[in-house]
Amino acid sequence: MTLARRIIPCLDVRDGRVVKGTRFRDHRDMGDIVELATRYAAEGADELVVYDITASPQGRAVDVEWVRRVARVIDIPFCVAGGIRSVEAARAVLHAGADKVSVNTPATHRPDLVSELADAFGVQCVVVGVDSLRDEDGVWRIRQLTGDPDATRALPVPTLEWVPQVVGLGAGEVVLNCMGSDGVRSGYDVEQLAAVRAVCAVPLIASGGAGAPEHFTEVFRDADVDGALAATVFHSGAISIPALKRDLAAAGLVVREVPGAAA
Amino acid sequence: MSGPRIALVDSGGTNIGSVTYALERLGATARLTSDRADILAADRVILPGVGAAAAGMRRLREAGLVETLHEVQAPLLGVCLGMQLLFDRSAEDGGVEALGLIPGDVVAIPPAPGVRVPHMGWNALEGLADDPLLHGVAPGERAYFVHSYAAPGGAHTVATTTHGGVWSAVVRDGLRWGAQFHPERSAALGARLLRNFIVEVGR
Repeated sequence: MTLARRIIPCLDVRDGRVVKGTRFRDHRDMGDIVELATRYAAEGADELVVYDITASPQGRAVDVEWVRRVARVIDIPFCVAGGIRSVEAARAVLHAGADKVSVNTPATHRPDLVSELADAFGVQCVVVGVDSLRDEDGVWRIRQLTGDPDATRALPVPTLEWVPQVVGLGAGEVVLNCMGSDGVRSGYDVEQLAAVRAVCAVPLIASGGAGAPEHFTEVFRDADVDGALAATVFHSGAISIPALKRDLAAAGLVVREVPGAAA
Repeated sequence: MSGPRIALVDSGGTNIGSVTYALERLGATARLTSDRADILAADRVILPGVGAAAAGMRRLREAGLVETLHEVQAPLLGVCLGMQLLFDRSAEDGGVEALGLIPGDVVAIPPAPGVRVPHMGWNALEGLADDPLLHGVAPGERAYFVHSYAAPGGAHTVATTTHGGVWSAVVRDGLRWGAQFHPERSAALGARLLRNFIVEVGR
Protein backbone atom coordinates (compact mmCIF):
# COMPACT_ATOMS: atom_id res chain seq x y z
CA MET A 1 0.00 0.00 0.00
CA THR A 2 1.22 3.47 -0.77
CA LEU A 3 -1.29 5.34 1.37
CA ALA A 4 0.42 6.47 4.57
CA ARG A 5 -0.81 5.50 8.03
CA ARG A 6 -1.98 8.66 9.76
CA ILE A 7 -0.83 10.05 13.09
CA ILE A 8 -3.60 12.19 14.53
CA PRO A 9 -3.21 14.34 17.63
CA CYS A 10 -6.56 14.93 19.29
CA LEU A 11 -7.30 18.25 20.93
CA ASP A 12 -10.10 18.19 23.46
CA VAL A 13 -11.36 21.74 23.70
CA ARG A 14 -13.25 23.46 26.46
CA ASP A 15 -13.88 27.20 26.23
CA GLY A 16 -11.22 27.60 23.51
CA ARG A 17 -8.50 25.88 25.58
CA VAL A 18 -7.10 22.41 25.02
CA VAL A 19 -7.67 20.13 28.01
CA LYS A 20 -6.93 16.51 28.80
CA GLY A 21 -8.27 14.19 31.43
CA THR A 22 -7.81 10.58 32.38
CA ARG A 23 -10.63 8.21 31.55
CA PHE A 24 -12.65 11.27 30.48
CA ARG A 25 -12.37 12.92 33.94
CA ASP A 26 -10.30 15.55 35.75
CA HIS A 27 -9.43 17.79 32.82
CA ARG A 28 -6.12 19.65 32.89
CA ASP A 29 -5.28 22.74 30.82
CA MET A 30 -2.87 21.95 27.95
CA GLY A 31 -2.71 25.30 26.20
CA ASP A 32 -4.22 27.48 23.51
CA ILE A 33 -5.84 25.66 20.63
CA VAL A 34 -4.22 27.62 17.79
CA GLU A 35 -0.78 27.31 19.36
CA LEU A 36 -1.06 23.55 19.73
CA ALA A 37 -2.61 23.06 16.28
CA THR A 38 0.20 25.05 14.67
CA ARG A 39 2.83 23.11 16.57
CA TYR A 40 1.42 19.75 15.53
CA ALA A 41 1.12 20.75 11.87
CA ALA A 42 4.78 21.85 11.88
CA GLU A 43 5.88 18.63 13.55
CA GLY A 44 4.34 16.50 10.83
CA ALA A 45 0.97 15.48 12.26
CA ASP A 46 -1.11 14.13 9.38
CA GLU A 47 -4.42 15.45 10.61
CA LEU A 48 -5.99 16.89 13.74
CA VAL A 49 -9.22 16.04 15.48
CA VAL A 50 -10.68 18.76 17.66
CA TYR A 51 -13.39 17.75 20.10
CA ASP A 52 -15.55 20.35 21.76
CA ILE A 53 -15.95 18.04 24.73
CA THR A 54 -18.62 20.00 26.51
CA ALA A 55 -20.85 20.88 23.53
CA SER A 56 -22.75 17.61 23.46
CA PRO A 57 -23.45 17.23 27.21
CA GLN A 58 -24.42 20.92 27.44
CA GLY A 59 -26.67 20.60 24.40
CA ARG A 60 -25.03 23.46 22.51
CA ALA A 61 -23.37 23.76 19.10
CA VAL A 62 -19.66 24.10 18.36
CA ASP A 63 -18.31 27.62 18.61
CA VAL A 64 -17.20 28.22 14.99
CA GLU A 65 -14.90 31.08 15.94
CA TRP A 66 -12.07 28.79 17.02
CA VAL A 67 -12.73 26.57 14.00
CA ARG A 68 -12.01 29.58 11.81
CA ARG A 69 -8.90 30.49 13.81
CA VAL A 70 -7.50 26.96 13.41
CA ALA A 71 -8.44 26.77 9.71
CA ARG A 72 -6.57 29.98 8.95
CA VAL A 73 -3.25 28.84 10.34
CA ILE A 74 -2.87 25.14 9.65
CA ASP A 75 -2.14 23.47 6.31
CA ILE A 76 -3.17 19.94 7.19
CA PRO A 77 -6.72 18.61 7.43
CA PHE A 78 -8.73 18.77 10.61
CA CYS A 79 -11.96 17.30 11.82
CA VAL A 80 -14.32 18.93 14.30
CA ALA A 81 -16.44 16.96 16.73
CA GLY A 82 -18.87 17.78 19.49
CA GLY A 83 -22.39 19.09 19.47
CA ILE A 84 -23.05 18.64 15.74
CA ARG A 85 -26.68 17.62 15.65
CA SER A 86 -27.88 18.94 12.30
CA VAL A 87 -26.90 19.56 8.70
CA GLU A 88 -26.94 23.28 9.44
CA ALA A 89 -24.55 22.97 12.38
CA ALA A 90 -22.22 20.84 10.23
CA ARG A 91 -22.40 23.35 7.39
CA ALA A 92 -21.35 26.16 9.73
CA VAL A 93 -18.32 24.18 10.90
CA LEU A 94 -17.32 23.12 7.37
CA HIS A 95 -17.73 26.62 5.97
CA ALA A 96 -15.57 27.92 8.81
CA GLY A 97 -12.80 25.78 7.32
CA ALA A 98 -13.01 22.34 8.94
CA ASP A 99 -12.46 19.47 6.50
CA LYS A 100 -14.65 16.91 8.21
CA VAL A 101 -17.22 16.73 10.96
CA SER A 102 -17.48 13.92 13.45
CA VAL A 103 -20.73 12.96 15.08
CA ASN A 104 -21.01 10.70 18.05
CA THR A 105 -23.78 11.16 20.62
CA PRO A 106 -26.22 12.81 18.15
CA ALA A 107 -25.85 9.80 15.82
CA THR A 108 -26.83 7.50 18.66
CA HIS A 109 -29.96 9.57 19.28
CA ARG A 110 -30.86 9.79 15.60
CA PRO A 111 -28.86 7.60 13.17
CA ASP A 112 -30.49 9.26 10.13
CA LEU A 113 -28.30 12.30 10.88
CA VAL A 114 -25.40 10.35 9.35
CA SER A 115 -27.17 9.93 6.00
CA GLU A 116 -28.38 13.53 6.02
CA LEU A 117 -24.79 14.71 6.45
CA ALA A 118 -23.52 12.33 3.75
CA ASP A 119 -26.20 13.53 1.31
CA ALA A 120 -25.39 17.16 2.01
CA PHE A 121 -21.60 17.06 2.00
CA GLY A 122 -20.48 13.67 0.68
CA VAL A 123 -19.36 10.70 2.74
CA GLN A 124 -15.76 11.96 2.76
CA CYS A 125 -16.78 14.77 5.15
CA VAL A 126 -18.63 12.53 7.58
CA VAL A 127 -16.84 10.81 10.44
CA VAL A 128 -18.69 8.84 13.07
CA GLY A 129 -17.05 8.70 16.47
CA VAL A 130 -17.87 5.61 18.47
CA ASP A 131 -17.26 5.35 22.21
CA SER A 132 -17.16 1.71 23.10
CA LEU A 133 -16.69 -0.31 26.27
CA ARG A 134 -16.75 -4.03 27.00
CA ASP A 135 -19.63 -4.97 29.27
CA GLU A 136 -19.54 -7.67 31.91
CA ASP A 137 -20.98 -10.20 29.47
CA GLY A 138 -17.93 -9.67 27.24
CA VAL A 139 -19.76 -7.74 24.52
CA TRP A 140 -18.49 -4.33 23.36
CA ARG A 141 -21.32 -1.81 23.42
CA ILE A 142 -21.53 1.86 22.59
CA ARG A 143 -21.85 4.76 25.02
CA GLN A 144 -23.29 8.22 24.61
CA LEU A 145 -22.71 11.61 26.27
CA THR A 146 -19.18 10.58 27.20
CA GLY A 147 -18.00 14.18 27.45
CA ASP A 148 -19.54 14.36 30.92
CA PRO A 149 -19.00 11.30 33.14
CA ASP A 150 -22.17 12.08 35.13
CA ALA A 151 -24.26 12.11 31.96
CA THR A 152 -22.63 9.12 30.18
CA ARG A 153 -25.08 6.38 29.30
CA ALA A 154 -24.56 2.81 28.19
CA LEU A 155 -26.63 1.74 25.19
CA PRO A 156 -27.77 -1.78 24.33
CA VAL A 157 -26.25 -1.56 20.84
CA PRO A 158 -23.20 -3.82 20.26
CA THR A 159 -20.28 -1.94 18.70
CA LEU A 160 -19.83 -4.64 16.05
CA GLU A 161 -23.38 -3.95 14.85
CA TRP A 162 -23.25 -0.18 15.19
CA VAL A 163 -20.14 0.35 13.04
CA PRO A 164 -21.48 -1.39 9.88
CA GLN A 165 -24.81 0.38 10.45
CA VAL A 166 -23.28 3.86 10.42
CA VAL A 167 -21.04 2.97 7.46
CA GLY A 168 -24.16 1.86 5.60
CA LEU A 169 -25.78 5.18 6.43
CA GLY A 170 -22.87 7.13 4.95
CA ALA A 171 -20.01 7.41 7.42
CA GLY A 172 -16.82 7.90 5.41
CA GLU A 173 -14.60 7.17 8.38
CA VAL A 174 -14.96 5.70 11.86
CA VAL A 175 -13.02 6.75 14.95
CA LEU A 176 -13.26 3.99 17.52
CA ASN A 177 -12.55 5.20 21.01
CA CYS A 178 -11.94 2.24 23.28
CA MET A 179 -12.97 3.69 26.63
CA GLY A 180 -11.48 0.86 28.64
CA SER A 181 -7.98 1.80 27.49
CA ASP A 182 -8.44 5.58 27.19
CA GLY A 183 -6.10 7.71 29.24
CA VAL A 184 -4.23 4.84 30.87
CA ARG A 185 -1.43 4.69 28.29
CA SER A 186 -1.02 0.93 28.29
CA GLY A 187 -1.67 0.50 24.59
CA TYR A 188 -4.55 0.58 22.14
CA ASP A 189 -7.25 -2.09 22.47
CA VAL A 190 -5.91 -4.12 19.56
CA GLU A 191 -8.37 -6.96 20.11
CA GLN A 192 -11.38 -4.69 19.84
CA LEU A 193 -9.93 -2.64 16.96
CA ALA A 194 -9.13 -5.78 14.96
CA ALA A 195 -12.69 -7.01 15.50
CA VAL A 196 -14.12 -3.69 14.32
CA ARG A 197 -11.65 -3.54 11.40
CA ALA A 198 -13.13 -6.79 10.10
CA VAL A 199 -16.60 -5.23 9.84
CA CYS A 200 -15.58 -1.69 8.80
CA ALA A 201 -15.15 -1.06 5.05
CA VAL A 202 -14.15 2.60 5.40
CA PRO A 203 -11.03 4.08 7.03
CA LEU A 204 -10.80 3.22 10.73
CA ILE A 205 -9.00 5.34 13.31
CA ALA A 206 -7.84 3.92 16.64
CA SER A 207 -8.33 6.00 19.75
CA GLY A 208 -7.60 5.43 23.41
CA GLY A 209 -4.57 4.01 25.14
CA ALA A 210 -1.45 5.29 23.39
CA GLY A 211 1.43 5.51 25.84
CA ALA A 212 4.57 4.51 23.94
CA PRO A 213 5.80 4.45 20.33
CA GLU A 214 5.47 0.67 20.14
CA HIS A 215 1.72 0.98 20.79
CA PHE A 216 1.40 2.73 17.44
CA THR A 217 3.44 0.08 15.63
CA GLU A 218 1.32 -2.60 17.25
CA VAL A 219 -2.05 -1.09 16.38
CA PHE A 220 -1.10 -0.47 12.73
CA ARG A 221 0.43 -3.91 12.31
CA ASP A 222 -2.04 -6.01 14.30
CA ALA A 223 -5.34 -4.14 13.86
CA ASP A 224 -4.59 -2.72 10.38
CA VAL A 225 -6.11 0.65 11.25
CA ASP A 226 -5.63 3.59 8.89
CA GLY A 227 -4.80 6.11 11.57
CA ALA A 228 -4.01 6.33 15.25
CA LEU A 229 -5.23 9.13 17.44
CA ALA A 230 -3.69 10.22 20.72
CA ALA A 231 -3.68 13.23 22.98
CA THR A 232 -1.71 13.14 26.24
CA VAL A 233 1.46 11.59 24.88
CA PHE A 234 1.72 14.35 22.28
CA HIS A 235 0.62 17.24 24.52
CA SER A 236 3.10 16.26 27.22
CA GLY A 237 5.95 15.79 24.76
CA ALA A 238 6.39 12.15 25.86
CA ILE A 239 6.27 11.14 22.18
CA SER A 240 7.59 13.38 19.42
CA ILE A 241 5.84 12.95 16.10
CA PRO A 242 8.97 13.01 13.88
CA ALA A 243 10.66 10.38 16.07
CA LEU A 244 7.47 8.30 16.13
CA LYS A 245 7.30 8.36 12.35
CA ARG A 246 10.91 7.25 12.07
CA ASP A 247 10.12 4.31 14.37
CA LEU A 248 7.08 3.37 12.32
CA ALA A 249 9.04 3.57 9.05
CA ALA A 250 11.78 1.41 10.57
CA ALA A 251 9.10 -1.15 11.44
CA GLY A 252 8.11 -1.27 7.76
CA LEU A 253 4.99 0.86 8.01
CA VAL A 254 4.22 3.49 5.39
CA VAL A 255 4.19 6.97 6.88
CA ARG A 256 4.50 10.54 5.67
CA GLU A 257 7.90 11.67 6.86
CA VAL A 258 8.30 15.41 6.96
CA PRO A 259 11.86 16.54 6.27
CA GLY A 260 12.96 19.26 8.64
CA ALA A 261 9.97 18.84 10.93
CA ALA A 262 10.66 20.22 14.39
CA ALA A 263 11.50 17.38 16.75
CA MET B 1 2.20 37.99 -4.19
CA SER B 2 -0.85 40.25 -4.17
CA GLY B 3 -0.56 40.72 -7.94
CA PRO B 4 -2.85 38.36 -9.80
CA ARG B 5 -6.60 38.62 -9.44
CA ILE B 6 -7.79 35.18 -8.37
CA ALA B 7 -11.42 34.22 -8.79
CA LEU B 8 -12.61 31.43 -6.53
CA VAL B 9 -15.72 30.08 -8.22
CA ASP B 10 -18.55 29.78 -5.72
CA SER B 11 -19.65 26.25 -6.49
CA GLY B 12 -21.16 25.65 -3.07
CA GLY B 13 -18.27 23.40 -2.04
CA THR B 14 -17.40 23.31 1.61
CA ASN B 15 -13.64 23.76 1.06
CA ILE B 16 -14.03 27.37 -0.05
CA GLY B 17 -12.89 28.59 3.38
CA SER B 18 -9.78 26.42 3.48
CA VAL B 19 -8.77 27.30 -0.10
CA THR B 20 -9.16 30.99 0.70
CA TYR B 21 -7.02 30.64 3.83
CA ALA B 22 -4.33 28.68 1.94
CA LEU B 23 -4.09 31.50 -0.61
CA GLU B 24 -3.97 34.04 2.23
CA ARG B 25 -1.01 32.17 3.73
CA LEU B 26 0.76 32.70 0.38
CA GLY B 27 -0.01 36.39 0.54
CA ALA B 28 -2.56 36.14 -2.27
CA THR B 29 -6.14 37.30 -2.15
CA ALA B 30 -8.94 35.42 -3.82
CA ARG B 31 -12.37 36.77 -4.55
CA LEU B 32 -15.22 34.34 -4.01
CA THR B 33 -17.59 34.90 -6.89
CA SER B 34 -20.29 33.46 -9.09
CA ASP B 35 -20.32 36.52 -11.34
CA ARG B 36 -19.45 35.90 -15.00
CA ALA B 37 -17.64 39.19 -15.52
CA ASP B 38 -15.59 38.71 -12.35
CA ILE B 39 -14.55 35.23 -13.39
CA LEU B 40 -13.64 36.25 -16.94
CA ALA B 41 -11.66 39.25 -15.71
CA ALA B 42 -9.53 37.19 -13.32
CA ASP B 43 -5.88 36.26 -13.94
CA ARG B 44 -6.40 32.89 -12.28
CA VAL B 45 -9.58 30.89 -11.75
CA ILE B 46 -9.96 28.18 -9.12
CA LEU B 47 -12.90 25.79 -9.07
CA PRO B 48 -12.93 24.27 -5.60
CA GLY B 49 -15.39 21.69 -4.45
CA VAL B 50 -16.20 19.15 -1.83
CA GLY B 51 -19.39 17.23 -2.15
CA ALA B 52 -21.11 15.22 -4.85
CA ALA B 53 -20.91 15.65 -8.62
CA ALA B 54 -24.65 16.03 -9.30
CA ALA B 55 -25.08 18.78 -6.71
CA GLY B 56 -21.90 20.49 -7.90
CA MET B 57 -23.03 20.54 -11.56
CA ARG B 58 -26.53 21.64 -10.55
CA ARG B 59 -25.06 24.63 -8.71
CA LEU B 60 -22.88 25.58 -11.66
CA ARG B 61 -25.86 25.32 -14.07
CA GLU B 62 -28.17 27.29 -11.79
CA ALA B 63 -25.55 30.02 -11.48
CA GLY B 64 -25.14 30.04 -15.28
CA LEU B 65 -21.46 29.19 -14.91
CA VAL B 66 -21.09 26.26 -17.31
CA GLU B 67 -20.67 28.53 -20.34
CA THR B 68 -18.56 30.95 -18.33
CA LEU B 69 -16.08 28.25 -17.36
CA HIS B 70 -15.80 27.28 -21.05
CA GLU B 71 -14.96 30.89 -21.87
CA VAL B 72 -12.18 31.24 -19.28
CA GLN B 73 -8.88 31.96 -21.05
CA ALA B 74 -6.79 32.42 -17.89
CA PRO B 75 -5.19 29.45 -16.12
CA LEU B 76 -7.92 27.39 -14.44
CA LEU B 77 -7.41 24.96 -11.53
CA GLY B 78 -10.04 22.49 -10.38
CA VAL B 79 -9.54 21.04 -6.91
CA CYS B 80 -10.90 17.62 -5.85
CA LEU B 81 -14.54 17.59 -7.02
CA GLY B 82 -13.62 20.73 -8.97
CA MET B 83 -11.09 18.65 -10.93
CA GLN B 84 -13.59 15.84 -11.50
CA LEU B 85 -16.12 18.31 -12.88
CA LEU B 86 -13.61 19.40 -15.56
CA PHE B 87 -14.02 15.97 -17.22
CA ASP B 88 -16.77 14.86 -19.60
CA ARG B 89 -18.70 12.68 -17.20
CA SER B 90 -18.70 11.34 -13.66
CA ALA B 91 -20.17 8.00 -12.60
CA GLU B 92 -21.23 9.55 -9.27
CA ASP B 93 -24.95 9.90 -8.47
CA GLY B 94 -25.90 7.43 -11.22
CA GLY B 95 -24.00 9.33 -13.92
CA VAL B 96 -23.54 13.07 -14.36
CA GLU B 97 -22.66 15.12 -17.44
CA ALA B 98 -19.81 17.33 -16.31
CA LEU B 99 -18.12 20.37 -17.86
CA GLY B 100 -16.28 18.59 -20.68
CA LEU B 101 -13.22 20.83 -20.41
CA ILE B 102 -10.81 17.89 -20.20
CA PRO B 103 -11.55 14.66 -22.12
CA GLY B 104 -12.27 11.60 -20.02
CA ASP B 105 -14.55 10.06 -17.44
CA VAL B 106 -14.51 9.87 -13.66
CA VAL B 107 -15.30 6.45 -12.17
CA ALA B 108 -15.87 4.93 -8.73
CA ILE B 109 -12.74 3.65 -6.98
CA PRO B 110 -13.34 -0.10 -6.58
CA PRO B 111 -12.89 -1.21 -2.97
CA ALA B 112 -10.68 -4.25 -2.41
CA PRO B 113 -9.05 -5.90 0.59
CA GLY B 114 -6.79 -3.22 2.09
CA VAL B 115 -8.11 -0.64 -0.40
CA ARG B 116 -10.61 1.35 1.61
CA VAL B 117 -13.03 3.75 -0.01
CA PRO B 118 -13.10 6.71 0.47
CA HIS B 119 -9.42 7.01 -0.40
CA MET B 120 -8.53 9.16 2.57
CA GLY B 121 -5.11 10.32 3.67
CA TRP B 122 -1.62 11.16 2.47
CA ASN B 123 -0.60 9.34 -0.69
CA ALA B 124 2.51 9.54 -2.84
CA LEU B 125 2.66 11.41 -6.13
CA GLU B 126 4.25 9.36 -8.90
CA GLY B 127 4.78 9.53 -12.63
CA LEU B 128 5.46 13.26 -12.53
CA ALA B 129 5.54 14.98 -15.92
CA ASP B 130 7.56 18.12 -16.52
CA ASP B 131 4.83 20.63 -15.79
CA PRO B 132 5.03 24.14 -14.35
CA LEU B 133 2.35 23.31 -11.77
CA LEU B 134 4.66 20.60 -10.40
CA HIS B 135 7.89 22.59 -10.31
CA GLY B 136 9.83 21.70 -7.20
CA VAL B 137 7.69 18.64 -6.44
CA ALA B 138 9.68 15.41 -6.09
CA PRO B 139 8.37 11.90 -6.89
CA GLY B 140 7.12 10.22 -3.73
CA GLU B 141 6.08 13.43 -1.99
CA ARG B 142 2.72 13.03 -0.33
CA ALA B 143 -0.50 14.97 -0.76
CA TYR B 144 -3.78 14.76 1.16
CA PHE B 145 -6.51 12.93 -0.75
CA VAL B 146 -10.12 12.35 0.21
CA HIS B 147 -12.44 11.02 -2.49
CA SER B 148 -14.47 8.01 -3.59
CA TYR B 149 -14.45 8.73 -7.34
CA ALA B 150 -11.38 9.27 -9.49
CA ALA B 151 -10.07 9.75 -13.03
CA PRO B 152 -7.98 6.85 -14.32
CA GLY B 153 -4.55 7.78 -15.66
CA GLY B 154 -4.79 9.07 -19.24
CA ALA B 155 -3.33 11.35 -21.88
CA HIS B 156 -3.87 14.40 -19.67
CA THR B 157 -2.42 12.94 -16.49
CA VAL B 158 0.71 14.73 -15.26
CA ALA B 159 0.95 13.00 -11.86
CA THR B 160 -0.55 9.78 -10.54
CA THR B 161 -1.21 8.12 -7.23
CA THR B 162 -1.89 4.48 -6.45
CA HIS B 163 -4.82 3.23 -4.40
CA GLY B 164 -5.75 -0.21 -5.69
CA GLY B 165 -5.39 1.11 -9.24
CA VAL B 166 -3.40 4.01 -10.63
CA TRP B 167 -5.34 7.28 -10.60
CA SER B 168 -4.82 10.79 -11.87
CA ALA B 169 -3.51 13.00 -9.07
CA VAL B 170 -2.90 16.01 -11.31
CA VAL B 171 -4.23 16.56 -14.84
CA ARG B 172 -3.58 19.22 -17.43
CA ASP B 173 -5.04 20.19 -20.78
CA GLY B 174 -3.66 23.47 -22.08
CA LEU B 175 -4.21 26.09 -19.40
CA ARG B 176 -6.63 23.89 -17.48
CA TRP B 177 -5.32 21.96 -14.52
CA GLY B 178 -6.91 19.74 -11.94
CA ALA B 179 -5.65 18.39 -8.61
CA GLN B 180 -7.49 15.41 -7.15
CA PHE B 181 -5.90 16.00 -3.76
CA HIS B 182 -6.38 19.06 -1.59
CA PRO B 183 -3.46 21.48 -2.02
CA GLU B 184 -5.02 23.68 0.65
CA ARG B 185 -4.51 20.86 3.14
CA SER B 186 -1.33 19.28 1.76
CA ALA B 187 1.24 21.15 3.86
CA ALA B 188 4.39 22.35 2.04
CA LEU B 189 3.64 20.41 -1.15
CA GLY B 190 0.21 21.97 -1.42
CA ALA B 191 1.54 25.47 -0.84
CA ARG B 192 4.14 24.84 -3.53
CA LEU B 193 1.47 23.78 -6.01
CA LEU B 194 -0.72 26.79 -5.29
CA ARG B 195 2.26 29.11 -5.55
CA ASN B 196 3.16 27.51 -8.90
CA PHE B 197 -0.40 28.05 -10.07
CA ILE B 198 -0.23 31.71 -9.13
CA VAL B 199 3.25 32.56 -10.43
CA GLU B 200 4.65 29.79 -12.65
CA VAL B 201 1.91 28.65 -15.01
CA GLY B 202 1.02 30.65 -18.08
CA ARG B 203 4.34 32.46 -18.11
